[in-house]
Amino acid sequence: MTINLHAPTRRELLLASGALFAWAYLPKRALAEGRDPRLLVIVLRGALDGLAAVAPVGDPEWVKLRGDKALTLEGKTPGLPLDAMFALSPAMPNLHRLYQAGAATIAHAAATPYRERSHFDGQDVLESGLTRPGAVTTGWLNRALATLETAGSARPRNAFAVGPIAPLVVRGPAPVLSWTPARLPPASNDTMTRLLELYRHTDPALARVLEERLGLAAIASAGGMEGQGGQNGQPRPAGAAQVRAFFSESAGTAAKFMARPDGPRVGALAFDGWDTHANEGALDGRLAALLGALDGAIAAIENNMGAAWRECVVAVITEFGRTARINGTEGTDHGTATVAFLAGGALKGGRVVTDWPGLKETDLHEKRDLKPTTDLRAVLKGLLHDHLRVDDGALAAKVFPESSAVKPMAGLLA
Amino acid sequence: MALDPKPQAALALHRFGLGPRTGSVGAIVSDPRGALIAELDRPDAGRIANGELMSSGAAARAAFAFQEARRNERRAAAATAPKGAQSKAGNALAPPEGAARNPASPPAANTTARAGVAPQQIYLDEAKARFAAALAVEIGFAERLAWFWSNHFCVSADKAGVRPMAGAFEREAIRPHVLGRFADMVQAVETHPAMLIYLDNARSIGPNSQAGRNRGRGLNENLAREILELHTLGVRTVYTQDDVTSFAKIITGWTVIPVRQDPVRGGEFMFNPRMHEPGTQTVIGESYADAGFDQGRRVLAKLAGHEATAKHVAYKLARHFVADDPALTLVERLTQRFLDSEGDLKEMAKALIAAPEAWAEPPGKLKRPTEWIVGALRATGVSPADVRPLMQAQNLLGEPLWRPPAPNGFADDNATWLDGLSQRLDVANQFALRLAAGADPTTVFEETLAPIASAETKRTIARAESRPQALTLLLMAPEFQRR
Repeated sequence: MTINLHAPTRRELLLASGALFAWAYLPKRALAEGRDPRLLVIVLRGALDGLAAVAPVGDPEWVKLRGDKALTLEGKTPGLPLDAMFALSPAMPNLHRLYQAGAATIAHAAATPYRERSHFDGQDVLESGLTRPGAVTTGWLNRALATLETAGSARPRNAFAVGPIAPLVVRGPAPVLSWTPARLPPASNDTMTRLLELYRHTDPALARVLEERLGLAAIASAGGMEGQGGQNGQPRPAGAAQVRAFFSESAGTAAKFMARPDGPRVGALAFDGWDTHANEGALDGRLAALLGALDGAIAAIENNMGAAWRECVVAVITEFGRTARINGTEGTDHGTATVAFLAGGALKGGRVVTDWPGLKETDLHEKRDLKPTTDLRAVLKGLLHDHLRVDDGALAAKVFPESSAVKPMAGLLA
Repeated sequence: MALDPKPQAALALHRFGLGPRTGSVGAIVSDPRGALIAELDRPDAGRIANGELMSSGAAARAAFAFQEARRNERRAAAATAPKGAQSKAGNALAPPEGAARNPASPPAANTTARAGVAPQQIYLDEAKARFAAALAVEIGFAERLAWFWSNHFCVSADKAGVRPMAGAFEREAIRPHVLGRFADMVQAVETHPAMLIYLDNARSIGPNSQAGRNRGRGLNENLAREILELHTLGVRTVYTQDDVTSFAKIITGWTVIPVRQDPVRGGEFMFNPRMHEPGTQTVIGESYADAGFDQGRRVLAKLAGHEATAKHVAYKLARHFVADDPALTLVERLTQRFLDSEGDLKEMAKALIAAPEAWAEPPGKLKRPTEWIVGALRATGVSPADVRPLMQAQNLLGEPLWRPPAPNGFADDNATWLDGLSQRLDVANQFALRLAAGADPTTVFEETLAPIASAETKRTIARAESRPQALTLLLMAPEFQRR
């Protein structure tokens, strides 16, 4: 098995969301100030249920809304307290520790301008930085980087290749390098079919696992989802152990690169699997496992950044949230406002930043979703301005077009 | 419940060992149980020849020296080369740890000019030795036991201070006692620098100790809790939170000589009386006078012989080798053996394979990713020079070497590993195409699966459209996945 080192193919990108995509240069203004900032953007694909991850335990309507699925400060799986109003999923002890140490901030009831509920359009708006979906070819992060003066190139020897295809958020005029973990090409359909036949006759439990993979592969090819990067294009998500290892491995390796003196300073990763329509398992099931894996990834970044953690910001964003109420299959459907996580030594953290809209039916967006009261772009602008020194004019015009009314959120960084 | 000899021999190799190689079944068919016991009786059973591998202390010092040298180089480079990162210093830096890179240029190439050894290189050397041992053993029962105990008393190489020592920890604290006494393993593990760093005891300070009074810093309960909850008694058994706190106080001072301060002994265990909480403590109803290091040693001895500990490890052992829900009679038998033999682990292992339940249980447990990978190598006779692809497979399948997700180690139930079956298919496919290209599927089948394979499995493999596909199907067959 050789270790693949090349520009990732489209198919690999669909499968290999562990790939790191990074800017090929170093930011001059920040360096001139004596700082050496790192920014890692993690896109969670599938719409993270913000209410489940960061529960408004102080809101009197909360438990009514979610019943026994509501994370509270009591019970078998109590939440980790953040402030008088909010508690963090107990699956995220590392993030909690960072929060208490002032190295994590949570934005809640935040959303992009997008108000429909399609994953693909939502991710496009999230990553493009535009106000609506449509024909998009570049992402806000790339356009932000393109406005910066550069102070030398970041291209560790033998590690990076130029990637023609990257997640939208880093696509654009600024040159981007990619690193993919060795990705094994999947077994042929014929092999899978034969194996499935054998399992059906001799081991039904194994047959069920394989059937799910075949089923998803069929949806992907029939539904023309290629190139969208949605969760339908993925093979079945791996079991809890694999997800955890995969998230940590990807994030940890990304951090190792970014910690190097000749390594990239700005990068992006994507993690899938957040579309919890059925059996969400926020307290101790699927979503808890995912949040745990994300938490492990953040810890892996912290560990591998080493001294560079002091100057690091990790921004975890998702296309939208989920319904305030549980649906008929113990899950949630697509919603609107959600959380964004920020973690890193460069933050002035330990806060949940929000203008809490409340959870009474009249407070909900379209009587079903958490109402957005913070524009996610304000948070991203604040980061780009204070951390990387992207200037205000560029932010309003080029990076997030038509956003002059959205003020960059100040005070995010120490 | 006697099985036919050949199926029983095959079961012995798959369930208790690391899987058959060509000729393995034939070699033990006359007395599979006897062969398992004979392996345990070998003088080197469960051990890895240390050869050129470093002790944990030496590894910690070498890793530190490497990182110091790199830091100095970077500082020098920053002073002399202000323009960008493509400087001479950039060239001297080793390629990224563990990342995609040309396998033909091993990481050592760029480190010879520099002091110390890269932590990643140490980790890789240890991994190599472990894989080599797994391929060399006849059956692999002792090796499986070593892996079992290593997971029971796990540390994680994800923690920076642990990484250079993770492999040495297994060799030093686990393997010498795999067929010895549980009490000795506990002592070795809980005083090992890797464990003390992993579970934060190295930094734990008694509030009333000299250091505690000076610095106002305090107790860390992590190791004490995990010793009670995970290593010995088991969760929700006889201990209380007060016991955890008292025990934590008792083991304050169990720390590691800082490498930065002592280039000769840095990275080794030391008992620091200035960090040790003075005074008598009570743990589970028993009083322990302050006798410095000995105070903790006595508690460990007590825990190692406790009935709850016996039940806990008996259950885990049965669960690992036999079934997710092992027969109560089997667990009771193993518990009793533990107590009667005062925690003699060789006796426990013998009791396991003497138990009829251990053989009667139909193959249901999924092989763990590493067991399966090693089994595939042994079955096809492949012995790759470069172990990194094997480690990548371990990572992909969710069992990265010495990097468990939490102190309770990798889970041992089917539910955790079942979903990853689809990834195994991809690994098997790659393996069949690249590494095992020379193996003949018919021979491999005859030698390693035939005695226990169904007619359907045999037919599926025989009718494959190509040799690589046949091998893939063999490695994915239920009889190769479950044991």
